[in-house]
Amino acid sequence: MSKIGVFVCHCGENISATVDCVKVAETAGRYEGVTFSVDYKYMCSDPGQSIIKNAIIEKGLTGVVVASCSPRMHEPTFRKACAEAGLNPYMCEMANLREHCSWVHEKGEATTEKAIDLVRILVEKVKYNQSLNAIKVPVTKTALVIGGGIAGIQASLDIANAGHKVILIEKDPSIGGHMSQLSETFPTLDCSQCILTPRMVEVAQHPNITLYTYAELESLEGFIGNFKAKIRRKSKSLDEKICTGCGLCTTKCPNKKIPSEFNEGLGTRTAIYVPFPQAVPNKPVIDRIHCTYYIKGKCRICEKVCPTQAIRFDQEDQIVETEIGAIVIATGFAVKQTDFFPEYGYGKYPDIITGLQFERLASASGPTLGEIRRPSDGKIPEKIVFLACAGSRDEAKGIPYCSKICCMYIAKHAMLYQHKVHGGKSYVFYMDIRAGGKMYEEFVRRAIEDDGVNYIRGRVSRIYEKNGKLIVKGADTLLGGIPVEIEADMVVLATAGVANEGAEELAQKLHVSYDSYHFFAEAHPKLKPVETNTAGIFLAGACQAPRDIPESVSMASGAAVKVAGLFSQDELTREPLIAVVNRQAAPVYSSCVGCFLCVSACPYQAIEKEEIKNRNGEVIKSIAKVNPGLCQGCGTCVAFCRTKSIDIQGYTHEQMYSEVMALLNEY
Amino acid sequence: MADFEPKIVAFVCNWCTYAGADLTGTSRIKYASNVRIVRFPCTGRIDYMLLMKSFDEGADGIIVSGCHPNDCHYTSGNFHARRRWIMVRSLCDFIGIDIRRIKFSWVSAAEGAKWADIVNTTVSEIRELGPYNDYKKVAKRPLKEVSHG
Repeated sequence: MSKIGVFVCHCGENISATVDCVKVAETAGRYEGVTFSVDYKYMCSDPGQSIIKNAIIEKGLTGVVVASCSPRMHEPTFRKACAEAGLNPYMCEMANLREHCSWVHEKGEATTEKAIDLVRILVEKVKYNQSLNAIKVPVTKTALVIGGGIAGIQASLDIANAGHKVILIEKDPSIGGHMSQLSETFPTLDCSQCILTPRMVEVAQHPNITLYTYAELESLEGFIGNFKAKIRRKSKSLDEKICTGCGLCTTKCPNKKIPSEFNEGLGTRTAIYVPFPQAVPNKPVIDRIHCTYYIKGKCRICEKVCPTQAIRFDQEDQIVETEIGAIVIATGFAVKQTDFFPEYGYGKYPDIITGLQFERLASASGPTLGEIRRPSDGKIPEKIVFLACAGSRDEAKGIPYCSKICCMYIAKHAMLYQHKVHGGKSYVFYMDIRAGGKMYEEFVRRAIEDDGVNYIRGRVSRIYEKNGKLIVKGADTLLGGIPVEIEADMVVLATAGVANEGAEELAQKLHVSYDSYHFFAEAHPKLKPVETNTAGIFLAGACQAPRDIPESVSMASGAAVKVAGLFSQDELTREPLIAVVNRQAAPVYSSCVGCFLCVSACPYQAIEKEEIKNRNGEVIKSIAKVNPGLCQGCGTCVAFCRTKSIDIQGYTHEQMYSEVMALLNEY
Repeated sequence: MADFEPKIVAFVCNWCTYAGADLTGTSRIKYASNVRIVRFPCTGRIDYMLLMKSFDEGADGIIVSGCHPNDCHYTSGNFHARRRWIMVRSLCDFIGIDIRRIKFSWVSAAEGAKWADIVNTTVSEIRELGPYNDYKKVAKRPLKEVSHG
């Protein structure tokens, strides 16, 4: 006979404002098998948990239903409380009265009725719950960090310094990411490369870090603590062990007109190239799409000039298979290009550039060696216009969110321009100035007050070319929306920060969620910002949402701590919610008839054939058997099984049918 | 049928739609209170006999919802669910269950508003169709006396 306790939480007023919690508890108390029922203001608080624990001990409860928030929030809390009072934690179920009821319906009879139903179905379910024991699995203490920008670098260093092995993969030939492209950083105006490159070198030299550049994740299998990754190391057409990085090949390569990705298309590179002088590793790769030898079958000049014969034209991609215990995704972001803006000339005016291109112009390592010159004719612009929110906060463009970093970098750009072009005039069109952050607002004020940047509140409707000038037409909304027209020499668009191309594909490989903008989704927006919904996979930096450098670094360190915490254990416990094939006494042994449809349905190859032998060792029956180490508990096999011989713990047929029948019989 | 309140059961997966419905809550988006969510680990776990049973037990409509194609937490459970749904759909049609009573959809963990929308549309559509009485007509029995547990 079941002795079930029902614990109804008010969640302050979050539930009780629309649901009559007292009535829910009273009604539940009358159900068959319920021996204790109570409502309380905060079930998750210490006194709340004590109510549950005391009831378990005093009333000898065999099952617990906590009717409160989503189990995704507090299931571990209440299961732990049950365990502490000596009840098996898997004898605890949660009815979701908050997210699925009180928050989404108006106050009234129907809402309370629904709450009662939700409690009832779980009371019926918990009657069929079984005591389960967590499964113990070993932990592979190696982390995989995907993406070698500042977030990936920081996460790698932090994990490596905690004493664990790290594999860092980067799709480009060098680590460094967007931060390596920046000129100066706000709000201190210190040189980006000066603070970044020492860390890049540290990564390359760290004994705990294995760095694979020009590499991407091919596939991932497994689960927390026990992932198996395949990494594709794209062919660099080079033997890295022999190459000394002298760079002779890059100076002799005849194909010199390829737009440089590092310089955002404002400079050129050769087909065999090192993306930038401080690259780590500082060894070239051959870009096979542009290399004359791969296109025409002739050239091989780099091979001839190489003093160490390191060029390998026939080198193939290499697949590295490795076992890892945790993953940090730090793949960063992309920015919209100028061709995204029809109203600003579809990207056909060369002197309308993106913020990232301006960074390259302002950078001492850039194509103009730090002088602000127009891409079209190399003249120094006397009038420059900066446009904030180019694409961002624009529902019509499909980017309703704020890209967050633009207000700050525009102030920086305008400031850098004023410092470099004396007597130049700079204008910023903005919607709002969002400068939340330590010393951020002060930085923007400095641009306006000390450096004389003209801030105009309003949007720009159109930009077109006339007599060699870019005519910027906008409005000043602080002066009642009067039209403003500026004849500019150059325009910088603070284009929206967006998810990387391929983010969706990577999310699918890793089985993590992503939002409608294709940024990776965190497990909880406030309390689990660096975790994903998939255990053992963490997030760092702008792959989760637009982030500035300090935020990316903080997230990376946060993710690293999560990984280090995971690796501090030798064994992990896993939820025992896995499939099992029933076993019965001889001569039946199991209702499984050995059709093995489940084997083909299982996405984890977790189902094997088991042979049942008699005393003489003769096989008398073949049935399916689930490997508990591999089963992830999806239950696909359960729905496949025609003889109902396989069931999933925690979501058994008995439990699910009881839920549905309990619901509809009184609904 | 204006005052008819349909009984709708939703079978959802833990990783996408359950979380999506949580998001509807955290975003405080209001929707019709006629739906009761039953949590499964994955849509691939949903045994379609349970759908038949739900109609037998008196449901007027059913929602089955999981992760979008390719987004399944378990790689392919939602594909199995979809494949099975295509078959069950024709079966239901064949045996005379109005297939408009079963809504099959994808709602991701980020689609709180979509969940509210699906519930509201389903409720108003089922309200139009009226209560599902076919089982009751052929098998007369006092439903409340069915024992369980």
